[in-house]
Amino acid sequence: MDILTPILICAGIAIICAVILTLTSHFFSIKGDEKEAQIRDCLAGANCGACGYSGCDGYAKALYEGSCDKVNLCTPGGDTVAKQISEILGVEAEDVVEQVAYVACNGNCNAIPKRYDYQGPKSCKIANMNYSGDKMCTYACLGYGDCAAVCPNGAIVVKDGVAKVISSRCIGCGMCVRTCPKGMIHLIRDVSKVAVLCSNHDKGALTKKYCSGGCIGCGLCKRNCPNEAITVENNLATIDYEKCTGCGKCAEVCPIKCIKEADFTGATKHK
Amino acid sequence: MYKELILILMGGVLVNNYVLQQFLGICPFLGVSKKIDQASGMGIAVTFVMLFATAATWPIYTYLLVPLNIAYLQTIVFILVIATLVQFVEIILKRFIPSLFKALGVYLPLITTNCAVLGVTLNNITDGYNFIEAMISSLGVGLGFLLAMVLFAGVRSKMSANAPTKAFQGLPVTLIAASIVAMSFYGFSGIVENLLA
Repeated sequence: MDILTPILICAGIAIICAVILTLTSHFFSIKGDEKEAQIRDCLAGANCGACGYSGCDGYAKALYEGSCDKVNLCTPGGDTVAKQISEILGVEAEDVVEQVAYVACNGNCNAIPKRYDYQGPKSCKIANMNYSGDKMCTYACLGYGDCAAVCPNGAIVVKDGVAKVISSRCIGCGMCVRTCPKGMIHLIRDVSKVAVLCSNHDKGALTKKYCSGGCIGCGLCKRNCPNEAITVENNLATIDYEKCTGCGKCAEVCPIKCIKEADFTGATKHK
Repeated sequence: MYKELILILMGGVLVNNYVLQQFLGICPFLGVSKKIDQASGMGIAVTFVMLFATAATWPIYTYLLVPLNIAYLQTIVFILVIATLVQFVEIILKRFIPSLFKALGVYLPLITTNCAVLGVTLNNITDGYNFIEAMISSLGVGLGFLLAMVLFAGVRSKMSANAPTKAFQGLPVTLIAASIVAMSFYGFSGIVENLLA
């Protein structure tokens, strides 16, 4: 019989607690919260900011409150997430424009000595404050890995002093694009086939001096492109991906091979 | 009377600092001490919950468990009551003071099963405090937790600026720093008794 009292007391307290909690949540809960939570649940949860909001919570809130009517902004989630959100909100699903990042530098200037001996913190941002970094090419990737540090999916590796995006892991959030102090990481459609791996605007003769792989602005690619998708501005070739069909002709004719053909399929489609 | 209360308060803050002397609540101490604003947020939330928890558990122990001769059930009952209380406070805050709810954010649910909160309620009973003394003791322990969190967040911000050798990076150097901070708190054990003498 002695055991009955503690059991009853414990159970009693538990029941009272349960009743109190149920009552409070019933009377004091904020209504209409559910849909927002549902949207939040189906988002990718990387808090990467690709949608343009502060994080997944911010995007879910904007969608729920109607201040944002685009359901296809979650690039890490891809089409599946867009479809789920559109089901919850009861609107038409739109295809997500999957993107991947690439680093517009192939790091060939690493072969030659640096301009000065940089001893500061291993951060591109800080290195860039000191005369645009320590490399001979002031447009080059500094290789201290600020982009790798912010990447939510571990898709960037720094190898031989230059950052490389592993496309198959890239979710296309653009965190690295916003972080890079050189502004030399770009987002392109994941169906793209070619990319100019250089950001150098110096004249060709100068570029040649310190980089064996830098764009010299010769214009061979422009002349050979069947779709007129390439322009050469300020000694740098730029591809207009609206016109590019991915034929690979430019990569073929480029005398210094700074236009490269590659598979840019991102992590969303790799799943 | 006041002298004793001040002693209890100072004892909780400095001498019996729960994190650095009794090693309770180490999880949030290491987990959310990376930035000072997060650390102080967590510290304030814990202080807040400790006060509420003591206000709820002390009467339950004194007027329910002791008369029924089942004081040995205190641990189970206290966990139950504290968990309920935190959930209750969370719902109320969310409804009435959303700004405070946002500021405390994830820390409130984290505190639900924090052993420092359970520890202070149990120790108040063991030390034989009356209600006022128990509340003051909780306040002291909470402030002590806050102090430890803020101090350690400062230490960690210094550490992150000076990266140690690879083998020590991350948790190892954090634990070493924590032990040094804890050792420095041993210096207080002799002085509080003589503070008001």
